[in-house]
Amino acid sequence: MVDLNYLKMSKPQKFIHNLGKFFMSLPGRIGGGFVKLGRSIGGFFKGIALAIADLFTTFKNGDWKTRLSYLVMGSGSLARGQWGRGLMFFLFQTVFNLYMVNFGMAYLSKLGTLGTVATEKVGRKTVYGDNSFLILLYGVLTLFFVLAFIYTWYMNIKQNRIAQQIEASGRKLKSTKEDLQSLADSQFHKTLLALPTLGVFVFTILPIFFMILVAFTNFDYNHQPPSKLFTWVGFENFKQLLSSGSANYGDTFRQVLFWTLVWAFFATFLNYFLGMFVAIMINKKGIKLKKVWRTILVMTIAIPQFVSLLYVSKMFAADGLINTYLMKWHWISQPIPFWTNPGWARFTIILINIWIGIPYLMLIATGILMNIPADLYESARIDGANAMQMYGKITLPYMLFVTGPYLLTSFTGNINNFNVIFLLSQGKPMGLAGNAGHTDLLITWLYRMTVSDTNYKIAAVIGIMVFVVLAVINLVVYNLIPSVKNEEDFQ
Amino acid sequence: MTNNANVAAGQQKLRSKKGHERRVNGTIYTVLTVMSIVWLVPFVFLVLQSFRSYKLEKGGMVDYLLPKHFSLDNYAFLFEGSNFFSWLGKALIVALVAAAVAAVLIHLCAKLLDRGEDSHGRRIALIGGSLLAGFVALVAMTMAMQGFTLAGSWKNLAISLLLYALAGWIMARVYLKQDSKLLRTIPGYVLEDKHQGIKKFCAMFAEFGALALIIQCILAPMTMSQYVRWYGNTLTIALFTAVIQTAIVLSVSYSLSRLRFKGRKLIMNVVLILGLFPGFLTMITLYFLLKQLGLTQAGAVPGLILIYCASSGMGYYISKGFFDTIPKSLDESARIDGATRFQVFLKIIMPLAKPIVIYTILMAFMAPWGDYVFASYVAFGHQDGYNVAVGLYNWVNTNDFQNYFTRFCAGGVLVAVPITALFLALQKYYVEGVTGGAVKG
Repeated sequence: MVDLNYLKMSKPQKFIHNLGKFFMSLPGRIGGGFVKLGRSIGGFFKGIALAIADLFTTFKNGDWKTRLSYLVMGSGSLARGQWGRGLMFFLFQTVFNLYMVNFGMAYLSKLGTLGTVATEKVGRKTVYGDNSFLILLYGVLTLFFVLAFIYTWYMNIKQNRIAQQIEASGRKLKSTKEDLQSLADSQFHKTLLALPTLGVFVFTILPIFFMILVAFTNFDYNHQPPSKLFTWVGFENFKQLLSSGSANYGDTFRQVLFWTLVWAFFATFLNYFLGMFVAIMINKKGIKLKKVWRTILVMTIAIPQFVSLLYVSKMFAADGLINTYLMKWHWISQPIPFWTNPGWARFTIILINIWIGIPYLMLIATGILMNIPADLYESARIDGANAMQMYGKITLPYMLFVTGPYLLTSFTGNINNFNVIFLLSQGKPMGLAGNAGHTDLLITWLYRMTVSDTNYKIAAVIGIMVFVVLAVINLVVYNLIPSVKNEEDFQ
Repeated sequence: MTNNANVAAGQQKLRSKKGHERRVNGTIYTVLTVMSIVWLVPFVFLVLQSFRSYKLEKGGMVDYLLPKHFSLDNYAFLFEGSNFFSWLGKALIVALVAAAVAAVLIHLCAKLLDRGEDSHGRRIALIGGSLLAGFVALVAMTMAMQGFTLAGSWKNLAISLLLYALAGWIMARVYLKQDSKLLRTIPGYVLEDKHQGIKKFCAMFAEFGALALIIQCILAPMTMSQYVRWYGNTLTIALFTAVIQTAIVLSVSYSLSRLRFKGRKLIMNVVLILGLFPGFLTMITLYFLLKQLGLTQAGAVPGLILIYCASSGMGYYISKGFFDTIPKSLDESARIDGATRFQVFLKIIMPLAKPIVIYTILMAFMAPWGDYVFASYVAFGHQDGYNVAVGLYNWVNTNDFQNYFTRFCAGGVLVAVPITALFLALQKYYVEGVTGGAVKG
């Protein structure tokens, strides 16, 4: 690294050199990422193969208790006197069997077609048929249940194997009481995480899986089960969203995506630098009433956004206070089209977001600025640095380094910043194909697709696209910027 | 001569430096003042317009700022058809009398104790007994205030008795436990140490106030106007969410930070990936799930609590970052002393984690006040299930908004004032959480 040629270079040369090196290393790093991914996938399958092999050897070497557990879960534990575990396993199997027979199988078997018989009205009677929505949802649920069952079944056998080993070595098995006690100690994480995991599974993982699958169906206003079934259509929706043409949303999608990225960029970096600037001003030695300034600015965080943003959006309306007063004072003759002209609307939104965002950054920057060692500035001052130089050489690098991860999460958050857009402009002015407006972000567009257009299939595809965009940004930032990871670099 | 010139030049330099400093500070003050005005102006406007007379002027948007007639019309509208104030007044009077009676009884009981010999059981019996006696008297009073109709009053009596007894027992225990010196200080409970007495009286008043409100909710629910109902809905949601969500977030972040187990990294990675999906993607599925449970429309309040809490485990980052900074040696020494992990969590980590607990509670409490999307989708047009955000949003953004603009302002002020006060009071913890979270990412 310490190359004589490098040291001889002037500053711009160094910069170009580093930039070149950065891009030269890109393919290698991306390739490395894929190799890593491949390895972990390979490792996954290897693990499964090992587990299956394990099952055979355990069966071969197992006593009758272990072997019976292959068929009736928990029987081995029960026979060994661990009735708590045994009962849990047994109950799980019973519930699973009942579920599959009475409920799950019917849905799982129709998952391939999502139902064939629609509910119809024959004369005055309603003849109930299939319901694609239920089939898809419960089908996914059943799939998860089956996976969970296989895993539990495997655990049940593994426990038998371990118990057998313990018995063979002459030690005592854990009693049920000890099992329960361990839930407050060595197995405490199970107690703590059981409920949150269940909640996340039912209310996040299951719905997300469901919606990902919806992206591959034609579930929209023309296909509302149970009277009109929907079915699999492959990548049709992705094609519709991404390709141009009168029937497709490609042009709209590109515009909305572009505005989303522009918005996120400004909302993140403008607020970042302005907020830092304000924090530096307030923190300057000799400025009085520091607490008062901070408290005043923090008001925008404290007051619920639906109050402040709704009110401000009305302030900027054509008949709002700002326009009417400007007209009264004869500064303008026509109301400024804050919300009706696309350019103005975008500008206004970014402007108002500064009002909301600066205080937040000001708080963060204040905390970090106080952590910068004062002697750094002291020595810089002795060396004759002026304020700008100190800012460029000490404050900014330190801030950027420390808040690197924050900038990333903030950028992610702004891409999904629903509230500001929705409360200020609701995406208006409208006028893009696919019922999108000029200030719509992907997420507000998704919201409108879901709520007012009931175009679930496209909404699902938009959601996946948001995920892809965010995943790419996150991966790139995390993998390509070493300073985010390396804490030693700065010192 | 040259020496003198040097000194003069130095002084000049110093003076110019001072002048420069003053100019810089002046600029900063100007900028900050302008910013403060910009920051506060919308809120001042909001408050001003909320006081515009509805009867004498228009209720919509007008082209002037200062109302020509100040009045409380808009606020009155929010409470129209609700007996909110008399309802609250009753509860407060009951609470005030209850606290006073309890204070007097404790005082008497302490006097009594001062003479007799010192035994723990005697103390508890005396304090508990006096508190209970006070409660029974108060139940009668509550009943009297409700009009004391005999029909169904036995059930009411039983409920309130039970609640008061429970509260009395808890309070007696708390007071006994709070400091072992308690009984020595009790003789001067109200009189001797004035400040302490007032403080304790306030605490008692708050407890009795909460109790009286609960009892009134059960025995004599108030008649509600739309706005009061929305406000009540939001408050209920916020309170429950704050408690449940905090418990969930703390347990998740504690186990991910302090405990090492198989699958820990996996959980963190899965949460990271799930977090990249936009939250509203799953709206229709959630609506369907809630509908299956009967928790939409009329059941929107419990439904929303469920939605806010169910996935809240995914927001563990900030508190995990905090837990990471607590030295591990604390856990280890406690473990060596024979504490289980559960005890370590409850008795060692939790007391140290007070700032982050408060931060989590604050965030969980504030979030439901601003949620529009899920709240409107789950309530699905059922007005009784709205929260304030949905209700007020609809006032502003539906056809009749010219009639509702100043009412919206009034409603917004009533939401903003308590929330802002709460936030500013706990600002310290918020700053701590936010800064910690930003640095650790």
